[in-house]
Amino acid sequence: MSRRTLAPFGRRRAPVAAAGDVGAYRLLRCADPGGPVPRPGQFYMLATAERWGAGEDERPLLPRAFSFLRALDGELEFLLEDIGPGTHRLAAVAPGEDLWITGPLGEGFAAPAEGTRPLLTGGGIGIVPLAGWQDQLRAAGHDAPALLGFRDAAHAAGATLLSDVQVTTDDGSVGETGLVTGLLASALDRDHAVTVYACGPPPMLEAVRALCAERGVPAQLALEAGMACGYGACFGCVVPTRAGYVRVCVDGPVLDAARLETALVAGAGHP
Amino acid sequence: MTVEFCGLELRSPVINASGTFDAIAAHRTFGDELLERFPFAAFVSKTITLEPRQGNPPPRLWETAGGLINSIGLPNRGLHGYLEHDLPFYARLPVPLIVNVMGFTREEVATLVAAVSAREEVFGLELNVSCPNVESGLIMGADPGETAALVERVRPLTSLPLIVKLTPNATDVPAVAAAAQEAGADAVSLVNTLRGMALHPRTGEPWLGGRTGGVSGPAIRAIGLAQVAEVAARVTVPVVGMGGVSSGRDAGALLRAGATLVAVGTESFRDPAAGARIERELGGGHVSETPAKAANSVFR
Repeated sequence: MSRRTLAPFGRRRAPVAAAGDVGAYRLLRCADPGGPVPRPGQFYMLATAERWGAGEDERPLLPRAFSFLRALDGELEFLLEDIGPGTHRLAAVAPGEDLWITGPLGEGFAAPAEGTRPLLTGGGIGIVPLAGWQDQLRAAGHDAPALLGFRDAAHAAGATLLSDVQVTTDDGSVGETGLVTGLLASALDRDHAVTVYACGPPPMLEAVRALCAERGVPAQLALEAGMACGYGACFGCVVPTRAGYVRVCVDGPVLDAARLETALVAGAGHP
Repeated sequence: MTVEFCGLELRSPVINASGTFDAIAAHRTFGDELLERFPFAAFVSKTITLEPRQGNPPPRLWETAGGLINSIGLPNRGLHGYLEHDLPFYARLPVPLIVNVMGFTREEVATLVAAVSAREEVFGLELNVSCPNVESGLIMGADPGETAALVERVRPLTSLPLIVKLTPNATDVPAVAAAAQEAGADAVSLVNTLRGMALHPRTGEPWLGGRTGGVSGPAIRAIGLAQVAEVAARVTVPVVGMGGVSSGRDAGALLRAGATLVAVGTESFRDPAAGARIERELGGGHVSETPAKAANSVFR
């Protein structure tokens, strides 16, 4: 199974078909007729066709990287949270506006290791790449349960985007109180014949990496890093691996956890 | 729209700025469509050094007002790795190849120039002089004497076009350009990035792993235009102009200021095919406004 679908060369216009809230998140659906079918874990660079720039502090200038949530019938879904000038502008788009999109980019998830079952673990906005992957795993006959952690109830609304979920929240307003890595540790203690697929903030990914490494459980981590281009041009999005720096955009965003000494990368996540 | 540059006819004056387009990674991402629709009239590869480099620790990027600060640190495979792994791919590109090299001593640069020049896949060389000479402590391209000494050292080693990529972080850039020409350079290119800095929004410490970085993008467009105009007025060799080129209008401004070629950098991060769009806009005599309206729009 290939982990990469090639992208058409250059950015293209994608009309916004729908925009709405999912709790604290914004879900955008845009038309991409004729666009290739992405592999779960791949991502796109997004910008708005109009009024991209000259916002707060004269930003955004560069497009922003987003995993796709789902790709269906020539449409792409993205989920975002308004936390900076780029996401702020994207959170304000409405049907009738166009996005600029480039993608799909990077390498997505790989099939579970021989003799293991998939187990998905997501934190916050990191649930996004897991949704399409869960669809694909379930279509292939796997159970693919998901352990999802959120700050609070508003963010935990994102859990409705996946199936077969167990939820934790920091404030205990939904599901169990605590971190999702607590659920993961218990699950791995019960059954370690799994391949873990994880996406979330760097401290969570590092905890997942360490838990899996201790138990010899294979894990694939979908990483995030600030990036200017998304296709290997700028060399800005590197993370250290045991074999030196790799670019998250072309060598990832999904990396085998065994390649990493740590998933805590300076500059990843939100300052 | 063909243009003559150092004895070669190019399909247009639009090329890429070194270090802003990795054709190998782009081919992994876009496949053969990249080769069929290659967006530049010549390809300038990323700086290579004698030894492999990992580059600077992350974070390496900061988006600033109308621009980008990067602190990449010239990661590359080193001369041997480049010749072995990268050059065979670049030879498949449908456009001429210009190889950018940098050394920390004049002898390192000489070794690089001689080795690269011996490869028939290479059309020209660009010298990155924005680094310190570890023997003198001076930024090679910040000083006319250093620049002249470097060009004089490597000029006899190659018959290929030799382009000197000037740094804008110099007191008298036209003087450095004149020194490069006097010492035998076939062309000069400018501007490289301007030194800049950003602080971590919470800690107040430098954000970039390399502490400072280079500013590019629309934020430096007016600076690039001024430096290109000054240098073009001072030298007779062709000038490759760059600095925040985002449109055919920006490219046209650099050409009117005296550049023979223009290079696209940060705009390719926004759109991988930006070079081809800028080429089209130039070819169409692209002006987004009538001259009268453009003049009237100042301060309106």
